Amino acid sequence: AEVMGRARSVVGWVLLTALAVLLCCPAALSSLDEEHPDSDTEHGESHGGNETGFHIVSFHWENVQTPYVIALWILVASLAQTVFHLSEKVTLVVPESILLIVLGLILGGIVWAADHTASFTLTPNVFFFYLLPPIILDAGYFMPNQQFFRNIGSILMYAIIGTVWNTVTTGLSLYGVFRTGIMGNLDAGLLEFLLFGSVIAAVDTVAVLTVFEEIHVNEALFIVVFGESLLNDGVTVVLYNVFNSFVAVGAGNIQGLDYFKGIVSFFVVSLGGIAIGIIFGFLLSLVTRFTKHVRVIEPGFVFVISYLSYLTSDMLSLSAILTIAFCGICCQKYVQANLCEQSIITVRYTMKMLASGAETIIFMFLGVSAVDTTIWTWNTPFILFTLVFISVYRVIGVVAQTWILNHYRVVQLEMIDQMVMSYGGLRGSMAFALVVLLDLKHVHEKRLFVSTTIIVVYFTIIFQGLTIKPLVKWLKIKRSQQKEPSLNEKLHERAFDHIVSAIEDISGQIGHNYLRDKWSRFDKKYLSKIMMRKSALISQDNLLSIFRELNLKDAISYLSEGERQGSLMFMHSSNDVNIDFTGPRYSVIDSSISAVLRESASDVCLDMKALENRVKSLKDQEEIVTHHTLQQLLYKPRKRYKLNYSRHKLVHNEGVKQDKEIFQQTMKKRLENLKSSKLGANHNIAFKNTKKEKGAKKKHSDAVPNRNLPTQSLALHADKDTQDVQPGQLIQENQGESNEKSVSDVEGHYDPSDGGISFLITPANNESDETRTGNSKSIPSPPPLPSPTTLDEKPISRKDDHVSQEDLSSEKPSRIFPSYLQKTWMQSYTSLENVESQVSTVSEHVAAQEESSTEIVLKATVDKTEEAKLNEDDHSTQLDREALDVKVQCAETLNEELEDNCPKDAALQEQKPLIIKDSKMHSAAAKRVQNRRSFHRPKPLRYPVLQKLGSLPVSCHIPPHSLEQEETQF
Amino acid sequence: MSISLEGGEVMRFQSFLSKLQLGEQEACKNGLIFFTSVQDRGFARNYPGDRLREDFQRIGELAVNPLGDRIINAFFPNEKQTLDFRSFIRILACFRPTAKDKTADPNAPEPINSRTNKLRFAFQLYDLDGDGKISREELIQVLRMMLEAQVTDDQLESITDRTIQEADLDGDGAISFEEFRKSLENINLEHKMSIRFLQ
Repeated sequence: AEVMGRARSVVGWVLLTALAVLLCCPAALSSLDEEHPDSDTEHGESHGGNETGFHIVSFHWENVQTPYVIALWILVASLAQTVFHLSEKVTLVVPESILLIVLGLILGGIVWAADHTASFTLTPNVFFFYLLPPIILDAGYFMPNQQFFRNIGSILMYAIIGTVWNTVTTGLSLYGVFRTGIMGNLDAGLLEFLLFGSVIAAVDTVAVLTVFEEIHVNEALFIVVFGESLLNDGVTVVLYNVFNSFVAVGAGNIQGLDYFKGIVSFFVVSLGGIAIGIIFGFLLSLVTRFTKHVRVIEPGFVFVISYLSYLTSDMLSLSAILTIAFCGICCQKYVQANLCEQSIITVRYTMKMLASGAETIIFMFLGVSAVDTTIWTWNTPFILFTLVFISVYRVIGVVAQTWILNHYRVVQLEMIDQMVMSYGGLRGSMAFALVVLLDLKHVHEKRLFVSTTIIVVYFTIIFQGLTIKPLVKWLKIKRSQQKEPSLNEKLHERAFDHIVSAIEDISGQIGHNYLRDKWSRFDKKYLSKIMMRKSALISQDNLLSIFRELNLKDAISYLSEGERQGSLMFMHSSNDVNIDFTGPRYSVIDSSISAVLRESASDVCLDMKALENRVKSLKDQEEIVTHHTLQQLLYKPRKRYKLNYSRHKLVHNEGVKQDKEIFQQTMKKRLENLKSSKLGANHNIAFKNTKKEKGAKKKHSDAVPNRNLPTQSLALHADKDTQDVQPGQLIQENQGESNEKSVSDVEGHYDPSDGGISFLITPANNESDETRTGNSKSIPSPPPLPSPTTLDEKPISRKDDHVSQEDLSSEKPSRIFPSYLQKTWMQSYTSLENVESQVSTVSEHVAAQEESSTEIVLKATVDKTEEAKLNEDDHSTQLDREALDVKVQCAETLNEELEDNCPKDAALQEQKPLIIKDSKMHSAAAKRVQNRRSFHRPKPLRYPVLQKLGSLPVSCHIPPHSLEQEETQF
Repeated sequence: MSISLEGGEVMRFQSFLSKLQLGEQEACKNGLIFFTSVQDRGFARNYPGDRLREDFQRIGELAVNPLGDRIINAFFPNEKQTLDFRSFIRILACFRPTAKDKTADPNAPEPINSRTNKLRFAFQLYDLDGDGKISREELIQVLRMMLEAQVTDDQLESITDRTIQEADLDGDGAISFEEFRKSLENINLEHKMSIRFLQ
């Protein structure tokens, strides 16, 4: 290992020297150009007469010089970063930013040696227009919003008061020291010192980000320091502008009004900047809502609009940094909900790439810029006092403010937190860019200020950056743990939020939780409606997404486990477990299965078994996408993100758009396909088995033994199928046409002879069971629960569902206010008594609808040859239908077997039929989803929130046809 | 204490305060303030006597809180319809921010706003039947309240299963209090379950 390490470092140094040489070439070339421009032209002219022919190859350095040099610098910076990370030991101790600065110094020295002019420096223009925006956007876009707004009070205090404090005290103290005469003769007045104070006071976002990201302090501490560095920009810009103009005007000409103007301009600049950011953020969200059909350029909007917000704000001389940060903060939720998975990943990676690229370049140029004799003047006392003052006043400011804040904070900032905060007050490139911007005409000591700033920046970044990590370790600061997302935590945290805000409500105090609650309600009611795609609205719940994430992770680990073992046989090794798992889901047995599983299978296997069931039961857009990712994972788990970046792959993705329609794609199916390609032979039996198992799984309450005759279980399925359509009957009827259309649409796209029946056989679900029992026994037996309220729950909901389906238009619940609620609750209680009569009407209703429903379902899905037969049999008894379905099913299985038995072109063959089947599945499943939706529309009145949601227009409960449209188009 | 009490009532409160336990006293100070604002919400007619369940149900924000009913039930245990001030304060005291006391007395009784008590309050909201375990059904109910209407029953159930599986250490298919606490070890509870102005 040591040899390897040494080899690596040798390679690293070789690379570095190569880079240096590479950099020198253009520099030397350019210097050549500059030195002998005349001789070149003379040369050209003198030979002009001879050069009449066409040159096959000609050398045009001057044409490409600028972009070429820029590209080379970027390349060098990136390569340097790569080299640094070859050796983990180095980056563990020394932060990357420091390495980059040192590299910059070295390269600057080389360039200087070759060129004798500092041709490359960090110009404010480049910095503010190209390097800073990506970093701030990245910071805003990935801002942990909840943490941020939870600590917003502290952050604002540190950002505003802290910065003003630092500016004024540093400026005044330096001026005071200057008046004692230690610093010698400087051509600067009080205003100049204050101006310098405003430059040097602000904690730098970039420096804080790079250093704090490496030391992993706890979130609260991080967000306070980081938030401060982000928000103090508004203050810095204002102070800088005010003092700068004061200096330009001259101390004698300032009037009282100007101070007032300065204060006003602070509010205008910061609040205006934030406002523009919010406007653009929402604009961006709105735009992404409609980019569904231009997936490829979708990510571009995020960057372009954010950048525009930055420029707009800059144009209006507002705080551009605040603007782009708030643009990112505002849009993150909606953008992530609206964009498709790939686009989100693209945005994420591009943003990170741009930001870290810009960061790298900034630090390197900080190093390079220092190598320039024209900017340096040395004044030891000034520099030393500056260093002392900024450190001391930072500490004083932090301690004093924290002392005040701790009276109001739930979580106190401890002594050690304060130490880290004081110590983490890093100055950076912002200060440098600002100080370079100063006008030498007005600020005569600009060179001293620049030199001092460079020293300060170097000192804070290099010295404090190097020592902060050991300090944090030594102080035993609570580090942030890299914890796995846990459903429990998410769930209970959410519950806590609800509890706390309820307690606040009860106690009648308006606190943080109250405000948050209000905001989230406002967001849900208006903003999300406007900004989000309808399909995104469905799946925006945080809990769900965590759940999905976990599932995906399990699946991936499971798959890679399978790959490691070379075969995926192991998941079939425990058949009995399978049977157990398909048992009644309402009973407690299900949970005890986890224990069974734990004993009988490996950990991964355990999760997988559970996963299968779940994956099957999750039916929404997001799942499709996740599964799509999974599909890629099946073969190349390691490359799943990189694939998205290959141009070729993107095209491929578009070509198989229907992949995304994969709906009930279970892991099992896919694994079986893999298995068949790997093992070839004996999978027919297994396939039948799984079919059966799946069948058994559908029947939760009936608890039919797994080894039933296939016909029997299938018949049961078919039965359920027809029932399945019933609940949403009314809507189904209304939307009948559109349904049929969309289904036939799908059929038009894909060869119908591929057998799209299995999906119709399988989708029987809980609900159909429930309705069945509900219809036959008139009151379903609820789970044995102690509380009377929960006992009420089910019958009420069922009754309400059907009732208000019958008079949907009249039953527009609009009460949100407590007095109304009180009344409606009473109503719902009394209406419970009517349940039985209602149920009977419902079942009548259902019976009336039954014919048309079966027609729709069957017509849409069965093979063309079978279809005609079916239509004839339309009015026959249910038994006939069952038999027919069984026949169809048999044919279908045969079909599949045939397909599977000819393994030519294995990979291709497997994918295609699968996709097609799934896409059809999707259409049927979509119908089911729609059934569900209509089934759920009028929520039980027991839940006021849900009731409220139910009363909202359009997007919460999407009209079935629109949902259908969206999904099929997709 | 911007509260206008009649003479007798003030006395009642004074004697009341003296009887309160550790931790309750501090909360009570603020509790009085709460009762003023609660008065504005139509509590006045009962003041300062017991509260009715009805009074709580009339709070609009509570009606749109998914866990509102559960929380009201927590204030009115055992189907009681009334709530006296002391019980009220006792519950509120749970939500006081935990103070860092340097002189931690190991023999001192557990403060009412300890981490365990905060957790216990949350736990009892889940645990309807009070058997010390969150069963699958109980969890499903809570989830159904907290998840939005769009979540299907299947999803609900599988989320429930998953959640239980995650927390269930002894494999009995339910979450005991100990398991509940374990699963929330990493949560900054002092932050999450504290209300600032109870300080």
